[in-house]
Amino acid sequence: MAGHSNYVPQSAAAKWLESRLPVISLMRGSFVDFPTPKNLNYWWTFGGILFFVLIAQIITGIVLVMHYTPSTTAAFDSVEHIMRDVNFGWMLRYLHANGASMFFIAVYIHIFRGLYYGSYKAPREISWILGVIIFLIMMGTGFMGYVLPWGQMSFWGATVITNLFSAIPLVGEEIRTWLWGGFAVDNPTLNRFFSLHYLLPFMIFGVVILHVWAFHTTGNNNPSGVQPKTQQDTVPFHPYYTIKDLFAIVVFMILFAWFVFYVPNYMGHPDNYIEANPLVTPAHIVPEWYFLPFYAILRAVPDKLGGVVAMFGAIAVLFVVPWLDTSKVRSGTYRPLFKQFFWIFAAVCLALGYLGAMPAEGWYVTFSRIFTVYYFAHFLIILPMLGFLEKPRPLPASISEAVLKSGSGTPAGAAAAPETK
Amino acid sequence: MSTMIKMVRSFAAVAAVAVSAPAFAAGNAPHIERHQWSFAGPFGTFDRGQLQRGFKVYREVCASCHGLRQVAFRSLAQDGGPSFSEEEAKQIASEYTVIDGPNEDGDMYERPAILADKFPSPFPNEQAARASNGGAYPPDFSLLAKARAAHRGFPWFVFDAFTQYQEQGADYIYELLISYPDEAPECLGEDFSGNFNPKFLGGSITAEACAHEHLTGGEIGMAAPLFDELVEYTDGTPMTVDHYAKDVAAFMMWAAEPHLEERKKIGFRVMVFLIFFAGMLYFTKKKLWRNVDH
Repeated sequence: MAGHSNYVPQSAAAKWLESRLPVISLMRGSFVDFPTPKNLNYWWTFGGILFFVLIAQIITGIVLVMHYTPSTTAAFDSVEHIMRDVNFGWMLRYLHANGASMFFIAVYIHIFRGLYYGSYKAPREISWILGVIIFLIMMGTGFMGYVLPWGQMSFWGATVITNLFSAIPLVGEEIRTWLWGGFAVDNPTLNRFFSLHYLLPFMIFGVVILHVWAFHTTGNNNPSGVQPKTQQDTVPFHPYYTIKDLFAIVVFMILFAWFVFYVPNYMGHPDNYIEANPLVTPAHIVPEWYFLPFYAILRAVPDKLGGVVAMFGAIAVLFVVPWLDTSKVRSGTYRPLFKQFFWIFAAVCLALGYLGAMPAEGWYVTFSRIFTVYYFAHFLIILPMLGFLEKPRPLPASISEAVLKSGSGTPAGAAAAPETK
Repeated sequence: MSTMIKMVRSFAAVAAVAVSAPAFAAGNAPHIERHQWSFAGPFGTFDRGQLQRGFKVYREVCASCHGLRQVAFRSLAQDGGPSFSEEEAKQIASEYTVIDGPNEDGDMYERPAILADKFPSPFPNEQAARASNGGAYPPDFSLLAKARAAHRGFPWFVFDAFTQYQEQGADYIYELLISYPDEAPECLGEDFSGNFNPKFLGGSITAEACAHEHLTGGEIGMAAPLFDELVEYTDGTPMTVDHYAKDVAAFMMWAAEPHLEERKKIGFRVMVFLIFFAGMLYFTKKKLWRNVDH
């Protein structure tokens, strides 16, 4: 990282600091001079967007904690206190609640971008695995954060999810009691979830640094999937990508602001404006929208333990994607068959999300099962086989060639004309 | 194939932004229309007169069973609300009695409410409320307008994000209040002595005779609370159930979201700034990249 910088400290203060802790050259090497492929499209801006959302969540979260009371008797009212009495408390809370949804919108786009362009393939397996770890911690953070307002969905969502652990053979019941800190979801549960909800974002921050470190070591992937060969293939990160990422972040903020200021409760569930009541079960317990595909997979399996295994398996399978994809070609742009299966897979994930919101009955269950099988088949059967069956289109010799071919719009006799993105 | 891919792609783009988790009400789910409200849309504001009338309906009719425990009397005089004057709000507060204490002798005592107090609830606890209401629990009004929504279904919930539909609660409360039939459906039988409401989200109809009647809603603990001429309006608004229902629903929306006006006002400024800023960044980016093939 630092190796990419040709920074020479000028001032005495900078020299003094550099000789003791080379932090200036590290930052310059990573975020200023860092050579970045010049053909990154806007799908690549979601990394920067995610970093922005993470920081926004941490800042709004820290301020919310100043006004929130983690107790079953006071949590619900303290959230209303924030909404009504705290200066701009409503804005903080809506930013934080919708920020979670924005985080998942961005991370899903980011993950699907990685899947399409083969960003998980050698030599970027570690970046990908660290990314899946971030995704897992995010899910834990999101789940526990949703419990904190102590509404009906908070309570019953927590009950359903923690009950899943009781499906583990032999020690399941004990693990569940240990998670609860008692014999039901109650004050100890709320308190530990609050503690962990504050801790996990900082763990995410730490893993994000590793994630960036890893792909700054291998260099970014790019839409052509071809490694940069000469200096003509890259541009320095600053100002080229700082301005592009900033533009994308501000456009993303428009979407974010739309939800916060105009439809702040769209992503939420009305039942969560009813205080938690252990004696009244909601008609349908649904998790936050970003868990719905996994919730559908959980319910698709008739056996409880089987459902839990399938649900966690649906995330676990992501860890081994780098080795399941047997194709030598990285970018989906040059893989005519893969491209079609990719979009089918994306549609299946959306369908699972829809089914997760529906009651587990009738045709909804049938389709949940079909799509669950397809979800796993995509990774375990289709991806490995495509590498052997598919005849990829010829790759461009370099990033510059790929850019020129697509830029002209007339690939005159070219063997490879990547789709314009 | 490519058109199919394009379709899938555009669907994915829309759905990725707009997927939500609507509650699914099985079977006899009532259909709730979308109605006109002054507080809907990006420039929505509460109608002061309507909030004051709605508050009057609440105070004279609903308040005997329904609490408003999150709402402070001071908010009646705050911006973006019913805009009573401070004197009027003080007067309203003083008409309520709250329990304070302990005093020097260690006793709790009653005193008239002041602006800093919140609305006292009509019952000391849920059990007392149920005991007085034939087992039914009249929900607190503070958040009710955000805590109720009819199932929208695909694809309507997708459009709702774009058309800024956030008034499901007010629509539901309004329709519930105006939909009490003169008589319960015959299929429920002679013995049915409860209150029937075809819009009640919490209701279900189990009578076998009703199986083919396509009824929605069901039995509700609350009897029809509103009648024409029940509450006196002094501003010339017709004193009908329809107006009472609409006014009280608007009041409840304000009670649930007292900063709604401020939110939308700030939101517009944020939007103007962000769009302008994004435009400037776009052209800066274009200029920077003009000599790079990418």
